[in-house]
Amino acid sequence: MLKEYRGVSNITGPLMLIEGVEGAKYEELVEIILPDGSKRKGRVLEVERDKALVQVFEGTTGVDIDKTRVRFLGRGIEMYLSPDILGKVFTGLGTPRTENDKIIPEKRLDINGAPINPYARDYPTEFIQTGISAIDGLNTLVRGQKLPIFSGSGLPHNRIAAQIARQSTVLGEKEAFAVVFVAIGITFEEAEYFISDFRKTGAIERAVLILNLADDPAIERIATPRVGLTCAEYLAFEKDMHVLVILTDMTNYCEALKEVSAARKEVPGRRGYPGYLYTDLATIYERAGRIKGKKGSITLIPVLTMPEDDKTHPIPDLTGYITEGQIILSRSLYKKKVSPPIDVLPSLSRLKDKGIGKGKTREDHADLFNQLYAAYARGKEVQELSAILGEAALTEMDKLYSRFAEEFEARYVSQGEYENRSIENTLDLGWKLLSMFPREELKRVRDEYLDKYWTKFRREREEIEEEKGKVVAGGEYVMEREGV
Amino acid sequence: MEIRDDMEKKGRIVKVAGPLVVAENMTGSKMFDVVYVSEKRLMGEIIELKGDLASIQVYEETGGIGVGEPVYLTRKPLTVELGPGIIESIYDGIQRPLNIIYEKVGDFITRGVHLPALDREKKWEFEPLVQKGDIVAPGDYLGFVQETTLIKHYIMVPPGISGKVKDIRKGNFTVEEVVAVIETQHGDTEISMIQRWPVRTPRPYVEKLAPNTSLFTGQRVIDMFFPIAKGGTACVPGPFGSGKTVIQHQLAKWADAEVIVYIGCGERGNEMTDVLLEFPELVDPKSGEPLMKRTILIANTSNMPVAAREASVYTGVTIGEYFRDMGYSVAIMADSTSRWAEAMREISGRLEEMPGEEGYPAYLGARIASFYERAGLVKCLSGKNLSGQNDRIGALSIIGAVSPPGGDLSDPVVQATLRVVKVFWSLEDQLAYRRHFPAISWLNSYSLYIENISEYVKKNVATDYFDLQTEAMRILEEEAELEEIVRLVGIDALSSQDRLTLLAARMIREDFLHQNAFHEVDTYSSVEKQYKMINTIIYFYNKARDYLQLGADIKAIENMKVRDRIARMKYVPQSELNRIDDIKKEIDTEMSSLIEE
Repeated sequence: MLKEYRGVSNITGPLMLIEGVEGAKYEELVEIILPDGSKRKGRVLEVERDKALVQVFEGTTGVDIDKTRVRFLGRGIEMYLSPDILGKVFTGLGTPRTENDKIIPEKRLDINGAPINPYARDYPTEFIQTGISAIDGLNTLVRGQKLPIFSGSGLPHNRIAAQIARQSTVLGEKEAFAVVFVAIGITFEEAEYFISDFRKTGAIERAVLILNLADDPAIERIATPRVGLTCAEYLAFEKDMHVLVILTDMTNYCEALKEVSAARKEVPGRRGYPGYLYTDLATIYERAGRIKGKKGSITLIPVLTMPEDDKTHPIPDLTGYITEGQIILSRSLYKKKVSPPIDVLPSLSRLKDKGIGKGKTREDHADLFNQLYAAYARGKEVQELSAILGEAALTEMDKLYSRFAEEFEARYVSQGEYENRSIENTLDLGWKLLSMFPREELKRVRDEYLDKYWTKFRREREEIEEEKGKVVAGGEYVMEREGV
Repeated sequence: MEIRDDMEKKGRIVKVAGPLVVAENMTGSKMFDVVYVSEKRLMGEIIELKGDLASIQVYEETGGIGVGEPVYLTRKPLTVELGPGIIESIYDGIQRPLNIIYEKVGDFITRGVHLPALDREKKWEFEPLVQKGDIVAPGDYLGFVQETTLIKHYIMVPPGISGKVKDIRKGNFTVEEVVAVIETQHGDTEISMIQRWPVRTPRPYVEKLAPNTSLFTGQRVIDMFFPIAKGGTACVPGPFGSGKTVIQHQLAKWADAEVIVYIGCGERGNEMTDVLLEFPELVDPKSGEPLMKRTILIANTSNMPVAAREASVYTGVTIGEYFRDMGYSVAIMADSTSRWAEAMREISGRLEEMPGEEGYPAYLGARIASFYERAGLVKCLSGKNLSGQNDRIGALSIIGAVSPPGGDLSDPVVQATLRVVKVFWSLEDQLAYRRHFPAISWLNSYSLYIENISEYVKKNVATDYFDLQTEAMRILEEEAELEEIVRLVGIDALSSQDRLTLLAARMIREDFLHQNAFHEVDTYSSVEKQYKMINTIIYFYNKARDYLQLGADIKAIENMKVRDRIARMKYVPQSELNRIDDIKKEIDTEMSSLIEE
């Protein structure tokens, strides 16, 4: 029989202090019974002699000191699991949202998980085709990677995340695939966008939804991503599925963490966030990956909105130090109607080198990537320069680079929300754009690939230009006639 | 650390807050003693004593631990096991063997796993180097074990023991079996191949020497511009995505040290996997053996317990010192020391200590300094003249990555590190965006070892090595100034001479400094190759300057065909280096044709 305690002595923010407790454990799950009989959940943050400090997930509104009773459950927060979780909706604490979402559990797992032994990890090398050129061609995603989207408020990060979830495939394979969608403090509308998109494409059947919406308890958000990842680990490493996890929006998670830290009066690190934010985020992000000898994988796409679009803000900064690259969205590209507005230069996929090349994408991918990147970077530099000095200061070659940068944004980065480009298309598109340069400019590409690809696309370009040339010449001829 | 049943059960837990546990009834225990917490026997270390209360940092997750549970004492500080079997291992921050944990408990690290760091079953062939009756002193070789094809693992007399060899055995032994008996003043001491050493105490040596040889790394920007010496210290600070880890991996792969200790401290799990999968495949350019045969990995990834992360750098450096004592040149990569500092900050916060800058403890600078100070070129502990063995020199170099928030170099960890290290490789995200890798800024970085090693380089590579470097640096610095002017008035306003400087600077940047870590040839550049490359570029520059004066057109020089060959020098394999020498002739012919026209 579990003991019930009445000794609540102190309530501050989301925390309550209970005295006269015996045998409470650190991280233990606590049930709080309010005077009106309703129940809430909490977690032990600290035990000291006969005192226990408890963080209440649903907030402390309505909790009193005299009548509230507390019961220590002797276990951590657990998620009930079975293969039936696919297609179901859960709250941020992992309880079913409606009657229909109840399952008969096969097992239950502590949501904190355990760290993967680095020796047990398998290196992610399988290319995932997302159908988005700026990702596939330049910031290639691989199975088991954690690749966040750094966005800002008002930018279309959710549409990109949904497009990735919709279009992701591994070339030449048909394998069990699942999506775990974790909403952390986002609005109903944003969540509904994903759900209706999943419903439209039928993905809902193989999706687990964990929803903590903007009006749900804020402190619950500390548990929400962990609930989602526990589902993902179960599906990936016990049920052999390839799982794509979308966490949106991690900024809300960090805010909740800050709130608890402030209530505990901890010494803050940068900008009021707790000093252990890095470690805490790592225990979430590092749960992505592959394990030797297991078929399944967890690919993680956390979405976060950078306060004031500032990449050096602690949330994106610490995230970038843990994740394997980042996709950064740019407000200025979005204003220029480039969509998806992926800012290619600061974006990065650290695992791309092992996921591209012969047998995975195509032999020329790495060199092509380097060249496109270098050319675009130089083009952007030239554009900046011409903004200061005027176009007259540019050399012919500079002008070519500037034109390249424009076309690159308009044709390569930009693409429709439902446009699914194959990797072949993406790579060829890159060559099409590069063919505007003379061969000597393409220093980053091996000769053999220049022979094979540049020559081909250069010829095509010349043919097209010749065609155009004829038309233009013809037009002038007509005008001359008219003039006469 | 071994776990024994007869451990003294003494303390009682009164508080649990994250990785910090406070226990009472702990009188008699010492600071930094190892204890085991609760019946789960989680390992921890005492970091504060107040009356009979002890604060313990626990190296494993403390979830489920409560007040009233027992604490077991060992009365010993945190030690590492040193002996054959250590090379090619992968350990966590407190030297638990991760490969064996994987075999025993599976994919995830569960709590309370206690396994010895060195294999107790395996037999090693011990070859004695001393004879009965020899007089030996601490540090002297007793014999060796050929541990891997690259490493002869010398068994040394442990510190504190000296006397006459009473018995020495040849044959196959496990690490715990006795291989020698030494008759000391206090009686006979049995010596096995295993040694234990407390991680927070530097291992002894006779004296420190000033570093005087280069640690060549095969990375052009490092060896040519900002070299590190054997026994030296370096730091690589930079924002995320600027290539810190790639540089650390490159150094671990190609640095001409004999033993590499790679500490993954609070970083990504997949990076360690990368090393584990890649190193056995890569071949050491000198010996032709797999690189893993000289490597030890310490992996305490970011999701593993934070207190063990704090210990991981000490574990790594102690293992490094042990091989240094054998007379090897050891290089330690610590990636990243910022995570180590953050672990200190977290523990300090839980202890409710008064914080210093950015919440870091006030002793941050002292801890960082004493860590880097364990590097050095030393005369190893060895009983000189007593046994007739020669004096050995060992070197321990430390290269630490620093991950300042937002790449901001005013970060306390960066500043504390810069105060002690002698080489600074400043990574810039602007260079990384332009895909100029390694993104080491040539304007901000520095090396204070050039003086120390110049004799060595002049003797072993070329007498004008550093003259060429000075000239190249001058060109790059001039470029930075000229670029300001170009930005204001455009390139046409420059004189031909200045435009040539810009051209040469661009060639140095793109054709020399830029190095592709993922290209099979370019990933490693021998120091002869580096010399030939820079020599060719400077030769081109000097020739072009002469020809400009003779009336050649700068545009023609800019469009010279030979530039393409210069750009492709980096892809010339080591066996065909004379192809680089030929380029000079081509420069001569093409230049002279410029004038004729």
